[in-house]
Parts: sequence; structure tokens; C-alpha cells
Amino acid sequence: MSTHSVTAGNPAAVLHHFDTAEQQRDAATLGMWLFLITEVMFFGGFFTAYICYRHYYYDAFVAASHTLNIPLGAFNTAVLICSSLTMAMAVHSAQLGQRKKIVTYLLLTMLLGATFLGVKTIEYADKFEHHHVPGPNFSFPGVENAQLFFSLYFGMTGLHAAHMVVGIGVMIPMLLAAMKGKYTSDYYTPVENFGLYWHFVDIVWIFLFPLLYLLGGHLTPGGGAHH
Amino acid sequence: MSTVSSTIPEAKPNYLTSDFSIKSWLLTTDHKRIGILYLISISLMFLLGGILAGLIRLELLTPTGDVFQPENYNKIFTMHGVVMIFFFLIPSIPATLGNFLIPLMIGARDLAFPRINLLSWYIYLVGGVLTLSAMALGGVDTGWTFYTPYSSTYSNTYVMLTALGVFVSGFSSILTGLNFIVTIHRMRAPGLTWFRLPLFVWGHYATSLIMILGTPVVAVTILLVALERGLRIGFFDPALGGDPVLFQHLFWFYSHPAVYIMILPGMGVQSELIAAMSRKKVFGYEVVAISSVAIAVIGFLVWGHHMFVSSQSWYAGLVFSFLSFLVAVPSAIKVFNWTATLYRGSNAFLTPMLYAYGFIGLFTIGGLTGLFLSAMGLDVHMHDTYFVVAHFHYVMVGGAIMAFLGGLHFWWPKMTGRMYYEPLARLSAVLIFVGFNLTFFPQFILGYLGMPRRYHAYPEEFQVLNVLSTAGATVLAIGYLFPATYLLYSLFKGEKAPANPWNAKGLEWEQAPSPPPTFNFDHTPEVHEPAYAYAPEKEKEVVHS
Repeated sequence: MSTHSVTAGNPAAVLHHFDTAEQQRDAATLGMWLFLITEVMFFGGFFTAYICYRHYYYDAFVAASHTLNIPLGAFNTAVLICSSLTMAMAVHSAQLGQRKKIVTYLLLTMLLGATFLGVKTIEYADKFEHHHVPGPNFSFPGVENAQLFFSLYFGMTGLHAAHMVVGIGVMIPMLLAAMKGKYTSDYYTPVENFGLYWHFVDIVWIFLFPLLYLLGGHLTPGGGAHH
Repeated sequence: MSTVSSTIPEAKPNYLTSDFSIKSWLLTTDHKRIGILYLISISLMFLLGGILAGLIRLELLTPTGDVFQPENYNKIFTMHGVVMIFFFLIPSIPATLGNFLIPLMIGARDLAFPRINLLSWYIYLVGGVLTLSAMALGGVDTGWTFYTPYSSTYSNTYVMLTALGVFVSGFSSILTGLNFIVTIHRMRAPGLTWFRLPLFVWGHYATSLIMILGTPVVAVTILLVALERGLRIGFFDPALGGDPVLFQHLFWFYSHPAVYIMILPGMGVQSELIAAMSRKKVFGYEVVAISSVAIAVIGFLVWGHHMFVSSQSWYAGLVFSFLSFLVAVPSAIKVFNWTATLYRGSNAFLTPMLYAYGFIGLFTIGGLTGLFLSAMGLDVHMHDTYFVVAHFHYVMVGGAIMAFLGGLHFWWPKMTGRMYYEPLARLSAVLIFVGFNLTFFPQFILGYLGMPRRYHAYPEEFQVLNVLSTAGATVLAIGYLFPATYLLYSLFKGEKAPANPWNAKGLEWEQAPSPPPTFNFDHTPEVHEPAYAYAPEKEKEVVHS
């Protein structure tokens, strides 16, 4: 795009309508935070539905959540937390302009993200095998309304996974740009703002894991326990 | 104080003449050109929605359903609602006037994210094409509210395609709101503090807050309906344990605040028109500014007043009823303050001011009838009647569209560099006002007498009022054709506009020629005075220069 530099002394990366690089960076960062707010509201619809239906069908939710694989979920939680660390390291390296380190940490982040998605695929496949996927073939004998739990499970983790896929997709051009040395200690806003997105996606999982896997895990399914 | 109007350079290429190629328009990142692109798009949508409204009034001319089959009538009013709300009213003022004027008003060269701004227009187009293709294929009949389980299970029309179009266009709204907020925070000219901002900018700031907080919720709601309809994953279907009322909560959590997306920018326009045309500072400027944000905030807490007759609990209804009364307070503050501004003003009777007068009267009626509907007991009687239809058309057409037309006339010289023909413009403003009232006032009475919405036939005793309403719609349609004609004509034959034809205050008038150059200002302007400094304020506001 047009990059007429208006004020002398600024790097060419300052777009025509900004006065300073600082103003440009502030604008981009504020924009990213606002975008994340819209994401919170977007996931918020699902969380609202979860709260309502958990309240309606408490026993069904307890029974259904027992079928989820807690060790795999815990492993994935650890993977994502590690990916947040590598992402933070990538941002740090970008701020210092260390080209090789940015590339390494971005690659590691992508690898951890892919690991998460791989594990998720195993979990999904298991649900297909046991007819726990909502739809005409759904079956969960003995418990009414368990299907709603699985609808929410697939809806929420599916939306989360879609965000991971988008994140990994965005990292590809970022990786190429980092290889070419585009990010320096003067210009690292894209890496920094992408980091915010990646952390956000991790935090969503930090909420999903206990809500879907852990809550009610200590109760006996069908034991009639009530809140 | 420095007078600046004499320093405006002349005869340099402006944003319209800098490049004439098609490509320069389709790939432009200039907020002014994008505003024009939006103006063309939403005008076409308004024409389409207007034709559909005409078909509704045609059917309702007679008590028997003799023009359309009932199912086709359902499709017509649904598509009228979908087109007018999602593709005309929501983007109307923000994406056109807001896009064009916010950078000019705050002394910036463009919005913070020019490419995202262009992207939002393309997303709007994609959403529009999807929804229009659903109509071309056979339409949709769920009502613009897409209530479940009808939309998710029973309707055999193109629900998914229409909803997909609405879903997609929502992202254009989110991007516009995000762009405005960042721009207003980060791009203000030196000296332009928050309480020196034009009220138009405050109105758009409040609108943008709703756009980014509300729109994602309706997006995820549509996604849930799509999952239910497409994959039979039940979220709202009672057969699968779901609750259709949850849909209504999620839907109105966005769609009630969305009516403030439609009216707040209009209120911003209104403040500009009244200040400029009465040559006074807006009375209680700070309160008017804050009331916009108050409307945006309280507006998020009133959605339950759409659901008094759903299964919503009695106590929830009481709270929502109270909060709905509360949201009327900041709106009333605005109306009182505009009126107080007019008091002892040098009020001009120019076209923009005629629309501003119309807005005050019609919005007052629309707002007060809103209080009828937010009273729980009364709403049980009026729910789903023509009273509701009349109420929201008084706010949306009598408020938002009046403001849009007033603003369009006011800033037309700035946008195009041409003056429109004033006598004809005044005549059509009067015509629109008369036609509007003739169309919608009878509907209040019809609704109060019990005529329900969304039926293609009605008992004979309602015919007289329906004939009046249809006659009014005809006058209104002719009234709308006038500006469409003389504004376009003025592009070619209109008198050349000076930089500041109204002698108004504001950076867009005082510091930029008409039309402005691509980057708006030669130098970043500096602001040394409050907004609307029309009459010299003797006691304070010491002049530093």
C-alpha cells in the first residue's frame, strides 16, 4: 500500500495518514484489543447457552462430561500453555530484532498448535465411534438430553479449533516475513498483536477445559447429586 | 482566535478528480471514496426495501388478501425488514456520512485502518449479494427476527442463505465500529480534546461501541441456528431439549441495541444541523455527549422488553420494564437540549433544518410510544400489533431516515462540491414529512384497535385507516424520489459549492475545501476552541493567538 512518509526521520513503514510510528503502533494495538473484545462477545453466546443448559440438565451434563478424556484434555492444556510461552518468546525476540529466534519460536508455536489439533482429532474420532456426535446417529442410553452437552462440546471446541487453524494460517506469512528480516526492534507490531490473539485463543481453552471436562467430574454419573 | 476560512487553497485536485479510473475507485482506501461507495450501495438497498414496502401497502389496501398469496406476503415483509435493517439502516449514516466526515471532523487524513475500511465495504457487498440471491431464488418467510424453531426447523424457504448474508454483513459493521473507535481515540488533531469533539463524533463513538459489543452475539446466534438447521445439532429445538426462548434472548441482546446503532448516528447528525442552523452552541453540550454513551450502555440492558409475552419470568419483566423507562431519559435529554438550543437561536428554514425539525417531532412521538410498549401491562395488549410497527417506524423512518436525509443535504456541498436546488429540496422535505405521518399515524390507531402485524388480510372495519396509510406511503415514495432526482441532477448542473456554504463551525467546513483533497488537509489542523463556538462567549474562552 501507499507508504508516503510524511514526517522526516520515520521509517518508511509509517503509513500516510499517521504522523508518527508510535501513533501507528498505538492504533494497531488498540484495534487488536477491540477485536479481541468482539471475540469475547462471540464466544459469549456459546457460554450463555452452556450456562442455561447446564442449569436445566445438570445430571445429563455430569454424565456426558464423564465420557470426555481428561488425560488428553490435560495434555492439550499443557501443550497450549507451552505454545503461549513460545509465542511470548517470539514477541520478545521480535522486539529485540533477533531474526533467527523469531523464526524458531514461531515454528515451535505452530508445531504445538498442530499437536493440539492432532490430539483434538483423536478425541473427536472417539466421539464418532461411540455415537456421541449429535445428529440422527446419536445415542446415549439411559440419559435424556445428553445430546445438548455434546452439541455444546462440538460447537465450543469446534469454534476454538477453528480459531487455532486461523492462527496457524496467519503464522505462515508471518514466518516468511520473519525469515526475510522484516521485523526489527523498530517494527514488530504484527508479531506483538498476533501474540495477543494467540494468548486469547489459549485463554478460551483455559475456560473450556474445566467447564467441559472437569466440572462435576468427582460426582457419580446418574447418582442424583444436585447443586 | 485565527480565522481560517481565507487560507483555503483553491483549484487543486480533490478526492473526486485525483483519479478517474474504475480501479482507483474499487481499490481506494480513501475514507471519502469509500463513503461514496457505501452511499451508492445503501441507496440501492433503500430503493429495493422501499419497493417491498410498497407491495405490503398495496396488499393492505383492501381487507381481503387479493394481491399476494399469504406465503408470498410473508416473504415480502420479511425481505423488507431484512433489507431495510441489515443492509440500509445499520450502515446508513455510519458507513456513509460517518465514514466521510469523522476523519475530516477530527483533523485526520484518514481512518486508522483504511484497508480494513475498504474490506468492510466488500464484506457488505458479499453479504448483500448472498441475501439478494436468496430473494432471487425464492425468498425467506421467517420475519426479520428469524425466530426459532420456525427458522431452524419448519420454514421451507431460503433461511440459511439469507442468514448467511446477514452473518457476513455483520462483520462489515464490526470492522466499521472498530475503525471508528480507534480513529477517535488515536487520530484527533492537536487541541481536539474529548469535550471539544463535534457531537456527531460522540454519536458515532457510542454507535461503534454497540457495533463491536453486540454484533458478535448475533453472529454466534445465527451460527447456532445454522448448526441446528444444517447439521441437526439442536440448540433451540425443544424436541432435542433446547429452548427457543434462549434464541430470543441472544437475538434481542444484539437486536435491541441495534436500534440504537440506527438512531444514535442520526442524533449526532441532528446536533450538527441544529447548532449550525440556529447558530448556537448546543445547549448542555457535555450532557448531550455523555447521553449518547449512556444510551449505548443502558441500551444493552433492556432487551427483555421484546419478550414480555414469552416465558420470561415476571420479575425479569419488571426489571426490563424499569430499565426500558430508564433508557428513555438520555434520549429525552437530547430532545430537550436541542429544543433549548433552538430557543432564541437565529433559526434558518433551510432544507437540513426542516429535516431537523421533523426529526424532533417524529422522534418524540416514536420515543413516547416506546414508553407505552415498555410498560409491561400495556404491552400485553399491544404486542405484535400495528402499534409496534408504527412505533418503530416513527423512530427508524421518522428519526433515522429524516436525520440521514438532513445530513445528506447539509454535507452534500462538502461531499460533491455542488449545491442542490433549495426550493425543490424544501418542498420535498415537507412532502416527506406529510407522507410519513399519513402512512404511519393511522397505524398507531390500527394497532391500538387490535390489528395484528404480519397478516395479509384484516377485518373490514380497519379499511379506512389502511387506505389512509397506503395513500400516505404513495406520497412518501414520491417525496423520496425528489431528492434522488435533484441531488443527482446537482452533480452535473448544480452551482459550485464554496468551502463553507452554511458558514458553519467545524474542521470539515473551516479547514477543508469542497470537495476536500485526498488527504483532507494540507497541514494537520490545530484546534483552539470548543465545538460550535458560534456566538462569542464573553466571559470565558479567552482568545489565545
